[in-house]
Amino acid sequence: MPVRDGGGWASGRRGLRPALAWRGGGILVLLAAAAAFPLVFTNPLVTTIGVDTMIFVGAASAWNIFSGYSGYISLAHAVFFGCGAYTAGIASRDWNLNGNVIFAMLPLAGLVAAGIAVPVGLIALRVRRHTFMVVTIAIFFIFQLMAFNFSFTSGTSGISAPFLVWDPQTFNNPFYYLALAIAVATAALSWLIRRSRFGLQLRAIRDDEGRTTSLGVRTMWVKLSALVISAFVVGMLGALWFYFIAQVLPASGFDPAFDLVIVLMAFLGGLGTVAGPVLGALIIEPAQQYFTQQFPNAYLSQITLGAVFVAVIVLMPRGLVPTVGEKLTSWRAKRASRAAATVQAAGRRKTALAADPGPAVDASAPENLR
Amino acid sequence: MTTPLLRADHVSKAFGGVHALNDCTVEVDKGTITGLIGPNGSGKTTLFNVITGYERVDSGDVFMGNTKITNAPAQRAFTLGIGRTFQLTRIFPRLTVMENMLVAAHHRDRGHGRGRSRTRNPLAGAGAAADRRHAMDLLEFTGIAGYATALAGTLSYGQRKLLELSYVLVADPAIVLLDEPAGGVNPSLINHISDKIRALNRQGTTFLVVEHNMEFVMGLCHAVTVLDYGTVVATGPPEIIRNDPRVLDAYLGLAEEDDDASGQ
Repeated sequence: MPVRDGGGWASGRRGLRPALAWRGGGILVLLAAAAAFPLVFTNPLVTTIGVDTMIFVGAASAWNIFSGYSGYISLAHAVFFGCGAYTAGIASRDWNLNGNVIFAMLPLAGLVAAGIAVPVGLIALRVRRHTFMVVTIAIFFIFQLMAFNFSFTSGTSGISAPFLVWDPQTFNNPFYYLALAIAVATAALSWLIRRSRFGLQLRAIRDDEGRTTSLGVRTMWVKLSALVISAFVVGMLGALWFYFIAQVLPASGFDPAFDLVIVLMAFLGGLGTVAGPVLGALIIEPAQQYFTQQFPNAYLSQITLGAVFVAVIVLMPRGLVPTVGEKLTSWRAKRASRAAATVQAAGRRKTALAADPGPAVDASAPENLR
Repeated sequence: MTTPLLRADHVSKAFGGVHALNDCTVEVDKGTITGLIGPNGSGKTTLFNVITGYERVDSGDVFMGNTKITNAPAQRAFTLGIGRTFQLTRIFPRLTVMENMLVAAHHRDRGHGRGRSRTRNPLAGAGAAADRRHAMDLLEFTGIAGYATALAGTLSYGQRKLLELSYVLVADPAIVLLDEPAGGVNPSLINHISDKIRALNRQGTTFLVVEHNMEFVMGLCHAVTVLDYGTVVATGPPEIIRNDPRVLDAYLGLAEEDDDASGQ
């Protein structure tokens, strides 16, 4: 149905047009920069950071579609990531896949992760808030244990990816562009969902689930759909990551740090906003990689990460995007009122010179502004 | 006699040893504003919860028209046309006022019989133009249209009451259950709220109102039912109820002269 942002929306937003143009321009510049990145920085060490960053942009956005909008903080997304990685691993091992065809396994990995999200959601989504978080942690460890103990996952030895005989200089590029495509598509989907009826229902659940139910919304269905969508994306990214680093182990596929990092990214950028998780991932992942490469002590990057988390919670609990957005709005309002005051003062001075009676001035001043 | 629009039939509900509702029968006739009064803990809110699917009954039945809705989930009660507000208002604080209105908008089709096979693209923007117009009309009606783009969490208590009433009305409910619409609201706003209830009632909406403000209840309601210890003590037009000795005894906590009289 071609219901566009017509009259109803636009009429109240006329003043924001330039802001929207700025935003659109900003997104285009960011996209162009992201597309040009591996062409400018050809050093594989640098493009590796690029691939990891794009994977996290996608994962944090996908996590936010479920957790950010619904308020249910999931610490089980590493399950979907690991299941995607293992699906790709088992499929390419058992079917002897090699070359470009491996990328066809991404949607399959997404589907498997989405399928696993259904029972996970049906169980975990029966409880709310903090209990939900605890349940997701438990589910996470169940899956990690299964990866350790099943024979089809090869236990502790994990699964190796097929050896790809690609030029090492450009090896990273297909991974980078695929991760970028998934990240951009996920951010776009996140935007679509946020402004849709589905997204509104998710955000209503975040504010008062009982009330949402009593307004006729099938809340379980809404929550589960969001979780499944989120898991699909994260599963695909798990498969991509697996082919990229060429190996998955129970502790690396099902990594508790993965969940903590994407939660931190979303919190830093702004939970429940579209741009927040993207921004958070773009800041945190390169920073973390930089610290890991710069300082031989591996713990330093993790300590820094922890410190950032504490700083975010203390200084701007709502994240960068809402906080900075608010600052900008109040700054603009202040500037506008200052401009108004200047115009009024000028008007007053002029009329004083013309020896006009005062009252007419104030009435005409607001009109001059329009 | 026609069947009442809403009927709680010999409903009982106990919480442990406390009988919140005890063989309680309450009827609301179509087109009326019915008051439900009684001392604190007499079971008024429990009755609301049982009707709207927030609590299950121990025994008895609830009917909406001729449809039995005993222990139906809250969603079903809502889709059958029972709207409800809460004693402590429940709005969505981090959504804008307009977004609050649109949460319920997807059930609007029911009352209007338009577009049976309305396309359900889940990613379509929230609130088609028609839904927004309808929501805006309602906000104008209740007088908070000026706040449409504000976050609901920034509204005052009275405005929140009006918002809750507005978004319950979005789905065109046949009956609205109001839990203390005048509680904690300043007097000028109380008159505003009762005016709105009367206007909606003239357009055909039935109301069941729980309220402690006697002036409000007696001035607004066509019929009043009095609960005490989970049982109906009296029911009838306000002028009769006002002077019913059982009601004075149960609810108005004995008029002071009665106290003196009994002391003699």
